[in-house]
Amino acid sequence: MDKISITRLEEIKTEVAESRKKQKTCITICGGTGCHAYGCLEIAQAFKNAIKKQRLQNQVNVRTTGCHGFCERGPIVVIQPAGIFYQRVKLDDINEIISETIINKKVLDRLLYVDPRTGERIVEEKEVPFYKKQKRIIFGNNGFIDPTDVKDYIALDGYKALTKVLFNYTSEEVISEIKTSGLRGRGGAGFLTGIKWEICRQSLADVKYVICNADEGDPGAYMDRSLLEGNPHSVIEGMIIGAYAIGASEGYIYVRMEYPLAVKNITVALKQARNLGLLGEFILGSEFSFDINIFRGAGAFVSGEETSLMASIEGRRAFPRQRPPFPAQKGLWGKPTNINNVETWANVPLILNKGADWYSQIGTKKSKGTKIFSLVGKINNTGLVEVPMGITLREIVYDIGGGIKENKKFKAVQTGGPSGGCIPAEMLDLSIDFDTLTKVGSMMGSGGMIVMDEDTCMVDIARYFLEFTQEESCGKCVPCRIGTRQLVEILTRITQGKGEEGDVKKLLDLAKIIKEGSLCGLGQTAPNPVLTTIKHFRDEYEAHIIEKSCPALSCKDLIVYYIEPKKCVGCLLCLKSCPVSAIKGERKMVHVIDQDLCIKCGACLDVCPPKVGAVSKYTGKKRDRILKKASSIRDRK
Amino acid sequence: MENLSEFEANQKDLIHILHKIQAEYGYIPSQALSSISKHLKISESEIFGVLTFYKAFSLKPRGKHLVTICTGTACHVRGAPMILDELKRQLSIEPGETTEDDLFTLETVNCVGACALGPIVISDGDYHGQMNTREVNKLIKKIKKEIKE
Ligand SMILES: Cc1cc2nc3c(=O)[nH]c(=O)nc-3n(C[C@H](O)[C@H](O)[C@H](O)COP(=O)(O)O)c2cc1C
Ligand code: FES
Repeated sequence: MDKISITRLEEIKTEVAESRKKQKTCITICGGTGCHAYGCLEIAQAFKNAIKKQRLQNQVNVRTTGCHGFCERGPIVVIQPAGIFYQRVKLDDINEIISETIINKKVLDRLLYVDPRTGERIVEEKEVPFYKKQKRIIFGNNGFIDPTDVKDYIALDGYKALTKVLFNYTSEEVISEIKTSGLRGRGGAGFLTGIKWEICRQSLADVKYVICNADEGDPGAYMDRSLLEGNPHSVIEGMIIGAYAIGASEGYIYVRMEYPLAVKNITVALKQARNLGLLGEFILGSEFSFDINIFRGAGAFVSGEETSLMASIEGRRAFPRQRPPFPAQKGLWGKPTNINNVETWANVPLILNKGADWYSQIGTKKSKGTKIFSLVGKINNTGLVEVPMGITLREIVYDIGGGIKENKKFKAVQTGGPSGGCIPAEMLDLSIDFDTLTKVGSMMGSGGMIVMDEDTCMVDIARYFLEFTQEESCGKCVPCRIGTRQLVEILTRITQGKGEEGDVKKLLDLAKIIKEGSLCGLGQTAPNPVLTTIKHFRDEYEAHIIEKSCPALSCKDLIVYYIEPKKCVGCLLCLKSCPVSAIKGERKMVHVIDQDLCIKCGACLDVCPPKVGAVSKYTGKKRDRILKKASSIRDRK
Repeated sequence: MENLSEFEANQKDLIHILHKIQAEYGYIPSQALSSISKHLKISESEIFGVLTFYKAFSLKPRGKHLVTICTGTACHVRGAPMILDELKRQLSIEPGETTEDDLFTLETVNCVGACALGPIVISDGDYHGQMNTREVNKLIKKIKKEIKE
């Protein structure tokens, strides 16, 4: 059996290269979750049918790939090798793409991306501003790979690192390479991966485990999902290498239950890897044996915490436990276990292929490599972005993200999910890495980056995250269980206009108790959203508490909707759209909102034509005046 | 009830078993507890504890139509709370509940990876992006109309 599988690996690579010579052109259709929602599957099928109809299948390859990252512009179609980037492609466009671009080699202008700043149409994917400042060393291959075909991964040097490691490196050498690279865990705390592996390597036991944490609990992040769905073999290869380094014989991928496509793609990938001798006994003919199981999570945020996650695999409730002992010493079923995040694992093959020295040149002194963020919220270019550590927030928000939607004012970004915090506009020039984010009271977390504008209420954001953690608190320790509930109660009161003087101090005191007294990271970091919003946006808290006003015009109980009589043209649109018939009026007559009936759903504001713009929201004194007037009219009646 | 022989008689298979039953019936029927308990040789109360800990499992059947709203952070800042309010009002239920006529179940989910389209509502697996109160109103009306027909 010796080496046969390695030869096979080489053969596959040559086979793929040969077939690509014939099928020179490749139409790739993004199959990420965002594009799925836009209907990319029908588009891919239509391309396949059209190519067949034109009898082009021997020259043109049609491939559904993983996420390209630029979700804002989906469905995305890239035509290789030229790299022509078509965005917002519709079913109607397909025949023309084939007749013009594929057959006549002409670019279709109308499907190109237009740089909003210069008005220029951009042909190639890599020239689009969204991609230009990115460094897509982990995520970039997604766009070339059909995740259900291991050959695509192998063609891009897949499993080359594994081959190298199995036959040329000792376990210690692998660990030393990872240590030199400076790789830190991408799952939250940023612990040095090489050190973690070393501790686990040194723990003596008959059985050891490795785990891939794909629980991705941050409610605004989806990069782990996109990696698993789009390039599952990169994660699997990383895990095999890690298992070899620490001496583990069995691995688990713990996937969030909401990710059925990821489960499907990994299942296929594991099967293909086994068939090629990349998993199982005597991997690639070496002495090393290892296999991976999939475990589907069952919907509990706390199960992303490593000790809870292991309890969950054991078939128990996902309760965290005190550390030490750390999982590297006593983990799954009491055996030494190494747990890393999806993105951390995906970095491993790259480091071994290109070398730790190459890798450690990217990034900052203490944070090496790149990080994938999900850039979402009130941003023009929503999507997944991979940037070198050390890039500034401004570059991410403005150069890559294209600025704020509708030219509104940037207020803050939230990073680190429920454990993180808000970074205000004054800090746009902050260079982003593990340590700078922690220093400003937030954290890297798994990489959610939610952009907020002037319409986002910071008290509401704090309440949102605390409500989340309170609901997800497993209840095992008191400070977290009771403390977060009290925080939510106070924050909710404030957003309802029932805040009292001294509330801010109460919040700060509670935050301290929760941070210090909680058992696991969930509680220890839960107050961060409150602390950072108080620190940077105290005036908003005070406006809610003292003036009973919401400056962002977001908190329902503190605002009114009002139709400006001078602007209203009496078109009946809002009147018809109101779900509770709270708007009175007739055609060509000024419409009026009955404030007693209004449920503040915002439908009237949504439908009022922008050029009329008669519906406004008000808070504070103006709101009080409107309500007073409304009640005096009512009383007169 | 259930044929559990494909699973090991080991607690580590408990969550797999629960997933399978939930997928098959849409909930965990109470009779299932005793068969699982016999197979895995763990107490029914332990199983009950695990099953109620995780959101994936429910002891009650779901309605005919499932309406899910994303309450992830990106959708939240783009107005998901208003849409959730409207859904609650339209269906007269809270998230996690089923209407009395068993037609609708309302659920929330955190980030479905389509933040660019947020706020997102998913009805029986179909994604509806850029929702607002009016659109969601129309959506529910449409489903109700289809039910009648
Ligand atoms: C409440 C809580 C939730 C967590 N959720 C996740 C998660 O969803 N994904 C993840 O990779 N790590 C999560 N972590 C971090 C893990 O405990 C662990 O540190 C991580 O998986 C280690 O991998 P890394 O070293 O590669 O970062 C969470 C931690 C806490 C305290
Ligand atoms: S937050 Fe709703 S799809 Fe991401």
